[in-house]
Amino acid sequence: MIPIEHYVILSAILFLLGGIGFLVRRNTLVTLMSIEVMLNAANLALVAFNRSRTWHPVVSGAPGQSHTGQVFAFFIIAAEAAEVAVGLAIVLSMYRLRRTVRSDEADLLKN
Amino acid sequence: MTTLGLVYFYACAVAAVLGALGVVVSKNPIRGAMGLLLLILSVAGLFLALHAQFLAAIQLIVYAGAIVVLFLFVIMLLGPSAATPNDRRGLVPRVFGGGLFALAGIGGIGLVVRAWLAANHPLPMPSVDPSFGGIDAFGSVLFADALVPFEVSSALLMVAVVGAVAVARGRQGEHTMSKSELEIARSKTVSTELARPRGSERSGVFSHEIDEAKESAS
Repeated sequence: MIPIEHYVILSAILFLLGGIGFLVRRNTLVTLMSIEVMLNAANLALVAFNRSRTWHPVVSGAPGQSHTGQVFAFFIIAAEAAEVAVGLAIVLSMYRLRRTVRSDEADLLKN
Repeated sequence: MTTLGLVYFYACAVAAVLGALGVVVSKNPIRGAMGLLLLILSVAGLFLALHAQFLAAIQLIVYAGAIVVLFLFVIMLLGPSAATPNDRRGLVPRVFGGGLFALAGIGGIGLVVRAWLAANHPLPMPSVDPSFGGIDAFGSVLFADALVPFEVSSALLMVAVVGAVAVARGRQGEHTMSKSELEIARSKTVSTELARPRGSERSGVFSHEIDEAKESAS
């Protein structure tokens, strides 16, 4: 079996890439996609830890097996779908107002 | 089995990192969406290796089937203005922030690697029932122990749908300036701070408004 550390390191690398994209890019579409990358990394870490701590009796589902991490990842996926719907609506609304999708030109509240 | 599992893991991991790089680096948002798709597919493959079959299926359905398609819809709706031109405005603070985040992340990865090397007897992954992560076991947990969060998440999705419709639709009767109106306003030297255009030609979903405005002006 692959040790858990492989998954955790991969998850950290993906989170790092997504965070850098979120901070450096100004296209709001790319920013939203970077958030997706970060949430995927978090999901991967949750599922991997769930796999390595399967028999820890935290939640009683199937006898002796805990699905806590997987259920958590499931709810993160649901929250993410909501986030993307609202975020893309905001991008479209900003495009209608300013004719641009750049985040540094959304400065109506400046000054 | 071990070698095959290792090869599978590294294939998925390399594809995931390449997809994430594609999202971050690509100039064209369509390419970014394709990178996101590659990342999602490889993470679904890793979920399969982690005995989370139901989550892998959900990942494919919700992400690859809905979220990436939504992104592609919006990118194609915006047309060429979805790709922003690259310039160097504000480059220093952005690179500074990104570099600081990268340093923190590399430090975190170094801590994980150090702890991994220090633990000279790595814990083996426990063996699980064949039903682990399947829809039976997952569903029994979801509808017994996690019932309240499940219902709350349905409320969250409902609110998100209503909010997305409200935000994307705008207020009724809200006036958005079309391009010709903007030019008229400029020639009268009215302040057009609220809706100054960027770039010269625009196409996409709002171009019909421009055409209608031109027709009514002529």
